[in-house]
Amino acid sequence: MTVATATAADNATLPKVKIDWLPAMLVPILALAALPLVGSFSTWVTLTVAALAMGMMIFLMASGLTLVFGLMDVLNFGHGVFISFGAYVSLIALGPLAGWVASDNIGLNILVLLACIAVAMLVTGGLGWAFERIVIRPVYGQHLKQILITMGGMIVAEQMIHVIWGASPIPLRLPEGLRGAIVIGDAAMERYRVIAVVLGLLVFGAMHVMLNRTKIGLLIRAGVENAEMVEALGYRIRRLFVGVFIAGSALAGLGGVLWAFYRQTLTAGMGMEVNVLIFIVIIIGGLGSVGGCFVGALLVALVANYTGFLVPKLALGSSIMLMVLILLWRPQGLYPVAKR
Amino acid sequence: MSDAMLRLEGVHTHIGRYHILHGVDFTVPRGQLTMLLGRNGAGKTTTLRTIMGLWQASKGRVIFDDRDITALPTPDIACSGIAYVPENMGIFADLTVRENMILAAREGEIDPHRLKWIFGLFPALEKFWSLAAGSLSGGQKQMLAIARAIVEPRQLLLIDEPTKGLAPAIIMNMIQAFKELKSTGVTILLVEQNFLAAKMLGDTVAVMDDGRIVHRGEMAELAEDKVLQQKLLGLSMDAHQ
Repeated sequence: MTVATATAADNATLPKVKIDWLPAMLVPILALAALPLVGSFSTWVTLTVAALAMGMMIFLMASGLTLVFGLMDVLNFGHGVFISFGAYVSLIALGPLAGWVASDNIGLNILVLLACIAVAMLVTGGLGWAFERIVIRPVYGQHLKQILITMGGMIVAEQMIHVIWGASPIPLRLPEGLRGAIVIGDAAMERYRVIAVVLGLLVFGAMHVMLNRTKIGLLIRAGVENAEMVEALGYRIRRLFVGVFIAGSALAGLGGVLWAFYRQTLTAGMGMEVNVLIFIVIIIGGLGSVGGCFVGALLVALVANYTGFLVPKLALGSSIMLMVLILLWRPQGLYPVAKR
Repeated sequence: MSDAMLRLEGVHTHIGRYHILHGVDFTVPRGQLTMLLGRNGAGKTTTLRTIMGLWQASKGRVIFDDRDITALPTPDIACSGIAYVPENMGIFADLTVRENMILAAREGEIDPHRLKWIFGLFPALEKFWSLAAGSLSGGQKQMLAIARAIVEPRQLLLIDEPTKGLAPAIIMNMIQAFKELKSTGVTILLVEQNFLAAKMLGDTVAVMDDGRIVHRGEMAELAEDKVLQQKLLGLSMDAHQ
């Protein structure tokens, strides 16, 4: 008998597994509800695809932070460092690949993007390792000090960017083949945004498989819920945390690259600018929940885009309003993690 | 190899500025089930957590299988052969029963024969194998917590109040399961408030009060001596029968 076949109990008498679909359903509900308000179907498609792309990028940037908080109760207000650094170090790959950037061969263009992502993830992963050792480790369990020192770390990192790459914004050229739009009927969808959506979905899928189908993933989920018990089972949670911190930093770097190409400008403060948005997303999703973070990011982006189109004056505060509404409905976030 | 699987020598534990354990001394004999009894707040849970390294002993020694584990980190203590079932059961509610068991099996795959034996002890776990552990009843959660501790052979089980809050029928099932566990020769240190369960299961007993061991001996002797029960525990076992 194997573990798998040991489940051959009387399945007919099993209670049904309850899956909370309602928060996830908010995404299509919100999108469909916006259609009559936007009026034009083609405009709605453009807005929705743009929002999904933005949501995926926010998710990539935020997913590491939610795990770091869930696993070790660490408030890393310096998470934006990895976004900015990820964006800037993509320049390292862009230099030698300038010919591929200018080429109109979409395959080469995508390879450039992937090369930028690889370099950014490698560098920000290493930076994350150093950040955890130098900045985070001395302040475990001390929230106020964590906030102060991680914000300080972010300011130092921003200044380092100024020293290395200069204080002026750097224009970032989107590879030739990724420019322009795909037009279906009257609806235009920017190519780069479609690629961002696909990349975001691929990463979310990979994270989902890793968290649900591997032992490391199970340990991370268990650690988010009850780190002490994971240690009592014989696993070193600190090592796991360092691994998650490095992976989270690398994901932020990946998000930084996509975000930078989206904006087509590099600024040292770009990480700090999205920091607040990232915190809103992980609070909406439920601290420590990757699925919640995904849904939260999509909701924030959809609300921001629709509000920006329909009531531009409200666009700036739309994320905060969404967070307030969600927390009134579910004070622990959309998918609260069961804590010990 | 000594007869003692676990020995605590003058263990003191502080939690913040509170001095909880005041020189705890007792021995858990190899292959026996030792009951750790005492009133609420006597220091039983703190003793188990100190053994596991979840709270660090400020003084004294914890000797497990002739090895000093006092200063070891919790994962190393667990890997040395001690399994711990905390008072709150410590199950991972968002994970399925199967996933909880997979995590407890440190060595790799779950041994199918052992799993079959566990399903024999706790049939509900087979039935709810693919369900989220958080959706189980209190008794089923306790079964899962104990099953997790025995999914691989361990030398010592530390179990904190396994019958707390359970219905009498479930408690009897649990007692039967412990009897079967005992018959495998595993050493168990069991914290318990249910004196009927203690009387039925215990080989030896240590009674705590105010962070100290105030009595050590055979469980059968304490079960017979009503005056001693009254003196040590403030009540008679008759009240629990």
